[in-house]
Amino acid sequence: MNEFIAFSIIGIVIGATYAVAASGLVVTYATSGVFNIAHGAIGMVMAFVYWQFRVAWNWPAPLALAIVILVIAPLFGAFVERVLIRRVREAPVAVTLVITGALMVFLIGMVNEVWKPKARILPEFFGNAGFHAGSVFVNWAQVITVAAAIAIALGLRLFLYRTRTGVSMRAVVDNQELAGLNGARPARISTYSWALGSMLASIAGILIAPSLQLSVLPLTLLIVDAYAAAMVGRLRNLPLTFVGALGIGLLQSYAQGYMPTSGIWASTPLQGMRLAIPAILLFIILLALPQDKIRGARQMVRRRVAGPASARKTFAGGVILVAAVWVSTGMLSIANVIHLGTGLALALVMLSLVPLTGWGGQVSLCQMTFAGLGAFAMSRLGHGGSPWGLLAAAVLAGVVGGLIALPALRLRGLYLALATLAFAAAMDDMFFPSSTAFGYNGSVNIPRPTFFGIHISTDRSYVIFLAVVFALLSAALLAMRRGPFGRVLSAMKDSEAACATLGLNLTTTKLIVFTLSAAIAGVAGALYGAMVTVAGSTDFLMLQSLPILILVVVLGVATASGALFGGVLFGLLGGEVLLGAGVAGVLLGSNPDGVMPWLYSKIREYRDAIMGRFPGSGVGSGATATGATANGTGAGIGAETGVGVGAGVGVGTAMEMGVGVVDG
Amino acid sequence: MPVSDVTQPSDSRAPAVIELCNVHAGYGRIEALHGIDLVVPAGSVMALLGPNGAGKSTTLKVASGQLVPTSGCFHVLGRHVNGVSSDTLARAGVCTIPEGRGIFPNLTVTENLRMMTFAGASRRDVEERAFSRFPQLAGRRRQVAGTLSGGEQQMLAMARSLSVDPAALLLDEISMGLAPLIVDELYELVAQVSSEGVAILLTEQFAQAALKVADQVALMAQGRIVATGTPDTLPEDLAASYLGGSAAELQSTSDARGAA
Ligand SMILES: Nc1ncnc2c1ncn2[C@@H]1O[C@H](COP(=O)(O)OP(=O)(O)O)[C@@H](O)[C@H]1O
Ligand SMILES: [Mg+2]
Repeated sequence: MNEFIAFSIIGIVIGATYAVAASGLVVTYATSGVFNIAHGAIGMVMAFVYWQFRVAWNWPAPLALAIVILVIAPLFGAFVERVLIRRVREAPVAVTLVITGALMVFLIGMVNEVWKPKARILPEFFGNAGFHAGSVFVNWAQVITVAAAIAIALGLRLFLYRTRTGVSMRAVVDNQELAGLNGARPARISTYSWALGSMLASIAGILIAPSLQLSVLPLTLLIVDAYAAAMVGRLRNLPLTFVGALGIGLLQSYAQGYMPTSGIWASTPLQGMRLAIPAILLFIILLALPQDKIRGARQMVRRRVAGPASARKTFAGGVILVAAVWVSTGMLSIANVIHLGTGLALALVMLSLVPLTGWGGQVSLCQMTFAGLGAFAMSRLGHGGSPWGLLAAAVLAGVVGGLIALPALRLRGLYLALATLAFAAAMDDMFFPSSTAFGYNGSVNIPRPTFFGIHISTDRSYVIFLAVVFALLSAALLAMRRGPFGRVLSAMKDSEAACATLGLNLTTTKLIVFTLSAAIAGVAGALYGAMVTVAGSTDFLMLQSLPILILVVVLGVATASGALFGGVLFGLLGGEVLLGAGVAGVLLGSNPDGVMPWLYSKIREYRDAIMGRFPGSGVGSGATATGATANGTGAGIGAETGVGVGAGVGVGTAMEMGVGVVDG
Repeated sequence: MPVSDVTQPSDSRAPAVIELCNVHAGYGRIEALHGIDLVVPAGSVMALLGPNGAGKSTTLKVASGQLVPTSGCFHVLGRHVNGVSSDTLARAGVCTIPEGRGIFPNLTVTENLRMMTFAGASRRDVEERAFSRFPQLAGRRRQVAGTLSGGEQQMLAMARSLSVDPAALLLDEISMGLAPLIVDELYELVAQVSSEGVAILLTEQFAQAALKVADQVALMAQGRIVATGTPDTLPEDLAASYLGGSAAELQSTSDARGAA
C-alpha cells in the first residue's frame, strides 16, 4: 500500500510537469494555429538560463525565477512570434512544422555553444528537504511542482475567462476574422499567446530540470510526453489536457513501479516501453481521436507552377550529376570524398520525402527511423554485399511504413506528422537500443553492395555508385510524377476536400506513397550505413529525422535537386549547417517553395531577359498543380516547381542544367 | 447603362462615410471586383443586391478592411484607408457584421458582449444597450452563444451596432436563414440606427426586406455594379432579371413602401 502511494505521488508529480508543459502548447496552438515543436526546447533553454542566474551567478531563487519566468521567457516567446510565426500562420502544416522544428534544432545548437557540455547540477528547491505523509516521504520540490500545476490551472482559468485579453484569445480560437472585426488585434493576441506559452514552457523546464541533470536532449524531448496530454484535450481543451497529463504521469509511474524486470521483461523493447509510454499513448490517442472535419474553406488560389521536368532534362541532369561526382571525387581529399558520400546518402533519405511531402503534401517525422530499419536489414541479410540486403531494406522499411500509415491514414496534416513522431520516439526507446537491432555494443558493420560479382569497395567508387543510384531513383520518381499516379498525388496535396468530392480514393494513394517513401528511406539507410560502414543504435533517432525534413523543405521538397543539395550540404558542413536552420526558417517564411525553386525562377528570369522573352514564358505545359496561398503569406510548400519545359528547347544555360539535375 | 445616374438620395450632401472609387479586388490571382464605385453618406442606407457570386460580400470585405483593393481607392470619412487593417477600422467606427452569424459560438453571451468593448464602449454600456433593446438576451447571459436560436444569435451580433456608436455599419445578408418576423425586427433596428446618422451598407440576395429601409439600391452582377437607383425608381426588368423575383412582387414591395 505504501508502495502504491509512493508511486502515485511520483505519478502525480510527473503528471503535473506534463500538465504545465502541455497547457503552454495548447494555449499557443489554439490561439495562433501554429504547433510549436520547439516548445520543449524553449523550456530547456530557459532552464539553462535559470541555472546561469541561480547557480553560476548565485542569485537568490525568487529573483532568478522572476527574471526568467516573468521577463526573459515571455519576451523570447513574443520575439519568436513576431519574427518567425507571424509570417507562416496561414502556411501549410509542413512549413509550420519545419519552422518550429528549425527553431528547436537551432536552440539545441545554441545551448551547446553557450553552455559547453559538462556536468551541471541544478539543485532541487529546498534541497532534498521534505516531510513524511504517513510513512511516505514527500519532498518540497514535489509539493512545489504540484502546487505550480494547480496554480497554473487556476490562473489560466481566471485569465482566459475573466480578463478581456483572455476572452479575446478564446474568441480568436473561435473566429479570428470576427475578432478583428470587433476591434481586437489578432496579431497582438497571437504574440501574447506565444509569450504565455513560452512562460509556461519555462516553468515546466525549470521544474523538471533538476531530475534530468539539466541535460539538453531529455529536456527537449520531454515535450513529446506533453504532446500526448495536449492531444487528450484535442489541442484545445485545457481541463482535458490536465486530466490527460495526470493520467499519463500515473500510468508511467505505475509502469516503472510494477512492470516486472526479469525474464522476457528484461528485454530492451519491454524495458523501453516504460519510457515510451507517452509516445505510445500519443499514437493511440491520435488514432482514437474523432477526426476534424475536412477543411476546404482555406482560400485556394491557383498558382502558376511549372510541371515536373521532362524526361530529357531529367536524363541530362542525371548524367551531369554522375559526371560531376566522378570528376570531383578524383580531386577531393579522402575525408571530403567521405563527406560527399555521406551527403549523397542523406540526399537519398531526403529524396524519400519528395513524393510524400513535396508532391503528396503529407509530412513524416520518422524518415531516419525507416532508414535505420533499412540499415538493420542490410546488416542482417546483406552478407558480402548481397543485393538481397538492399531488397530486404526496401521491403522491411516499406512494410513497416505501410503498417504505420494504415491506421494513420485517416489522420491529416499535423496529426499525421505527430503520429510519425510518436512512432519514431517509441522506436528510439524500444527498438534501436535493443541487442537484436545493432548488436551488443550498439554498432554493426554494414557491407557495401556487390553487383554481378563486382564489389564496390573503394570509397570513391562507392560515392560514384551513390550518385548513380540518386540519378536513377529520381528519374524513376519523376517519371511516376508525370504519370497518372503523380497527378493524383498533386491533386491530393492541393485539396483533400476537393478530391473527396471528385470521388478520388485517397486512402490507397496515401498508403502507396507512404510505403514507397518508407521503402526509399530504407534503401537510403542501408546505403548510408554502408557508406559509413558501421551503423550504431544512435544513428537513426527521431531527432535526426528533423534536420532531414528541415533541410529538404528549405531547399525545395518538391524537387529532386532540393534533396540533392540538402543532403550534400548536410554531408559537407555537418552539424554546423543546423545552426543556420533557424535562419533558414526565416528564409522559408518568405519563400515557402524552398531555395531551389526560387533559384530556378531567378535563373529563368535572367535567361529570359537575355533572350528578350517575357519572363516565365517557358513554364511547362504540364502545370496542373496549385498551391494553397493565403494572402501571399505562405504557400503550398514545394508546389511542383521545375525548370520550364522551354529549357528543353536548348536555351537552358549550362548553369541551369547543372543545378537542374533531375528536377521535379 | 443609362440607369446608373438616376435620382440620388435626398440627403446626398451629407458627408460621405464610405467611399469606393474604381475599386478592383480579388482573391489571389482571381479578380472578383472589376471597378466598383459607391458612396454611402451619413444617415443613409445603401442596399447591394445581386445574385450569388456577384461580389457583394467581396465589396463589403473591401469596405471593412478585410480585403485590400488591388487598385482604386477606399475612403472612410474622407480619409484614404487602403491597406488599413480591419481591426483598426473597427476601432475607428466601421462596424461589420459578416455573413453567417457574427458571433463567437463558444463564448457566452456576456463574453460576446465583452468583445464589443474594443471599439471604446464600457462593458456596462454595451450590456445595458444590448439587453434593453433585446430583453430576451438578458435571460441568457451565461448561455454559450452557439446554443442560442438563429434569431437570437443574429440579435446578439446586431447588438454590436447599438453599442459601439459606429460611423458606418456594414451588414452582410443578415436575413439569411431567419424567419420573416425576426427579419422585420432586425430591419427595424437597421432603420433606427440609420436615423441616428450612421451610414449603412448592406447586402441581400432576396431584396424585399432590404428595399423597405434602403435609400439607395445598387444592383451587382459579376463583380460590377450594373445599375443604381432608389427602391422606387429601380427599373423593373433589371430588378426582375437580377434579383430573380417577379417584377410584380418587387413592385408590390415598392408600393407598400410608398404607402407607408
Ligand atoms: N475566399 C475566396 N477565395 C476565392 N474566391 C472567392 C472567395 N470568396 C469569394 N470568391 C469569389 O469571388 C466572387 C464574388 O463572391 P462574393 O463576393 O462572395 O459574392 P456574393 O457575396 O455576391 O455572393 C465569386 O466568384 C466567388 O467565387
Ligand atoms: Mg455573399
